[in-house]
Amino acid sequence: MTAPKTLYDKIWDAHLAHEAEDGTCLLYIDRHLVHEVTSPQAFEGLRMAGRTVHAPDKTIAVPDHNVPTTLDRVNGISNPESRIQVEALDKNAKDFGINYYPVDDVRQGIVHIVGPEQGWTLPGMTVVCGDSHTATHGAFGALAHGIGTSEVEHVLATQTLIQKKSKNMKVEITGKLRPGVTAKDITLAVIGETGTAGGTGYVIEYCGEAIRDLSMEGRMTVCNMAIEGGARAGLIAPDEKTFEYVKGRPHAPKGAQWEAALAWWKTLYTDEGAHFDKVLTIRGEDIAPVVTWGTSPEDVLPISGTVPAPEDFTGGKVEAAKRSLEYMGLTPGMPLTDIKIDTVFIGSCTNGRIEDLRAAAAILKGKKIKDGMRAMVVPGSGLVRAQAEEEGLAQIFIDAGFEWRLAGCSMCLAMNPDQLQPGERCAATSNRNFEGRQGRGGRTHLLSPAMAAAAAITGHLTDVREVM
Amino acid sequence: MDKFEKLTGVAAPLPLINVDTDMLIPKQFLKTIKRTGLGVNLFDEMRYDDDRNEIPDFVLNKPAYRNAEILVSGDNFGCGSSREHAPWALLDFGIRCVIATSFADIFYNNCFKNGILPIALPQEQVDILMKDAEKGENARMTVDLDAQTITTSDGEVFTFDVDPFRRHCLMNGLDDIGLTLEKAAAIESFEATMQTQRPWV
Ligand code: SF4
Repeated sequence: MTAPKTLYDKIWDAHLAHEAEDGTCLLYIDRHLVHEVTSPQAFEGLRMAGRTVHAPDKTIAVPDHNVPTTLDRVNGISNPESRIQVEALDKNAKDFGINYYPVDDVRQGIVHIVGPEQGWTLPGMTVVCGDSHTATHGAFGALAHGIGTSEVEHVLATQTLIQKKSKNMKVEITGKLRPGVTAKDITLAVIGETGTAGGTGYVIEYCGEAIRDLSMEGRMTVCNMAIEGGARAGLIAPDEKTFEYVKGRPHAPKGAQWEAALAWWKTLYTDEGAHFDKVLTIRGEDIAPVVTWGTSPEDVLPISGTVPAPEDFTGGKVEAAKRSLEYMGLTPGMPLTDIKIDTVFIGSCTNGRIEDLRAAAAILKGKKIKDGMRAMVVPGSGLVRAQAEEEGLAQIFIDAGFEWRLAGCSMCLAMNPDQLQPGERCAATSNRNFEGRQGRGGRTHLLSPAMAAAAAITGHLTDVREVM
Repeated sequence: MDKFEKLTGVAAPLPLINVDTDMLIPKQFLKTIKRTGLGVNLFDEMRYDDDRNEIPDFVLNKPAYRNAEILVSGDNFGCGSSREHAPWALLDFGIRCVIATSFADIFYNNCFKNGILPIALPQEQVDILMKDAEKGENARMTVDLDAQTITTSDGEVFTFDVDPFRRHCLMNGLDDIGLTLEKAAAIESFEATMQTQRPWV
């Protein structure tokens, strides 16, 4: 009998192409996703060394970070540097013969939304991308890593990654969530518990009733932010919901191959008694709608809380909190619900899927955003956008006063023209509240789509349960 | 990639925790399609004011640290995105070694691929090195990768751990891709097995 294995162990073992005596492993990569920002130097490296892409059919590229999200983008990208990066991706995709969704393709969108949507991401796979939020794909029970550009080049050339095995961590969310609490609140609450370095060196498996109850969209939100907890990857064991989601997607297996795949996918779970190096358990009932107050994703508090003081912390965090409060322009002791918001951003690979738009629209229906508020919805892909239009969600956003944009990363990292001004305060459904992340001097509060919608209506951070 | 064997140089103190990749190189500088030229924008928002004048208080703007080759910092250094522009910017500025209490995974990895040595040490030791770095440009630190030691300007010696494979690659300036391509046979036989076991992939 073999020793019980975790889900991570099983996927790892199934992809080990070579192991050297010192324990250095070559992990075979099933899917390589590519975007325009972290790939040009990798393709340049291939050209310089006279190398080719080893498995172009397993490589998928889409421009997302730099693309404008305004309707006039059909006329081209005005920022010359952004344009050069996108054009470089166009050319690289063509020259090396890889799968490609150009800017004007309705399937274009944020790489982590396009992968699952097109059925490229499947259970039990290894997925990499030159982007830390590759962790998103873990929601399918796929081992998904963010990698740097040198590694992008390595995967392009060899279809493998040099890896050392990480440790196993289990994060269990037991029981049921309370009304108004979403996947985003779960994932932020976990980071609030572990800190941004708590997952370093680990692959996290999320499990428990509250995780099982989430839709695939919600599971992607949870895994997306595993990286904010420092983890190498996040995983959720596949189940009927996963198979249902995958079935019939353009690149999902069909016919006999589907049956064979399904049979294997059903073995992808952590065996009874398998060893975890670290375990965290949170009761679903204990999770409240949360927001961040500072400039690190670990700066999480329930919306009913007050802004903390530096003295509430210990060690290096005292200085960091002081700096954060100054940057964020907040005074200790102030109720979080008193924080006024200038801008609301709904989108990103964390919360730019159809379910997120539904959740926000449910709050906004028949309401108007606060006077003077700037609010935008940036769907995660062209297909999400199309579906939201079909379901009438787009009209709800437009009637409420939101801008209804084309797909891309947009104000999640503000590489395109969607940026905050210095001092501008934003309620954002994205994943990072670092200094300057959404524009130099911009102030970011992370929250769920429903909470973002609530803030748009009232003009300040708001407990969504009060407007439901 | 340049080899890294032994380095004696000025160490700049940056006593912050969670130094993230957006601080190291803000996204407006990620639009390049080259690896070089990012040094002037390292820590851009901390280094320059709105009119692009240098902020004199920032450590790398101080005369003593303009040629720093080592950086000493706090917990979780390099957290945030996978952008390799962060180590490229450090390297282009001239930093070849970062010492901190802990590092974010992807950044840590990215350093080795670019000839930068990241060293994680316990808090007490980083505290001592931070003090040493604060002495300015006459206090030079020595980092010896072969011996796996750091020697302060006072001659105090600390040892550090590093993965043997990474150490070997760094000391010899080896390209990972070349090394992996030597194992092409193993990769091909793995692919052949996969073709029968998981043909849908
Ligand atoms: S939406 Fe934001 S986090 Fe996601 S890939 Fe784009 S920039 Fe990165």
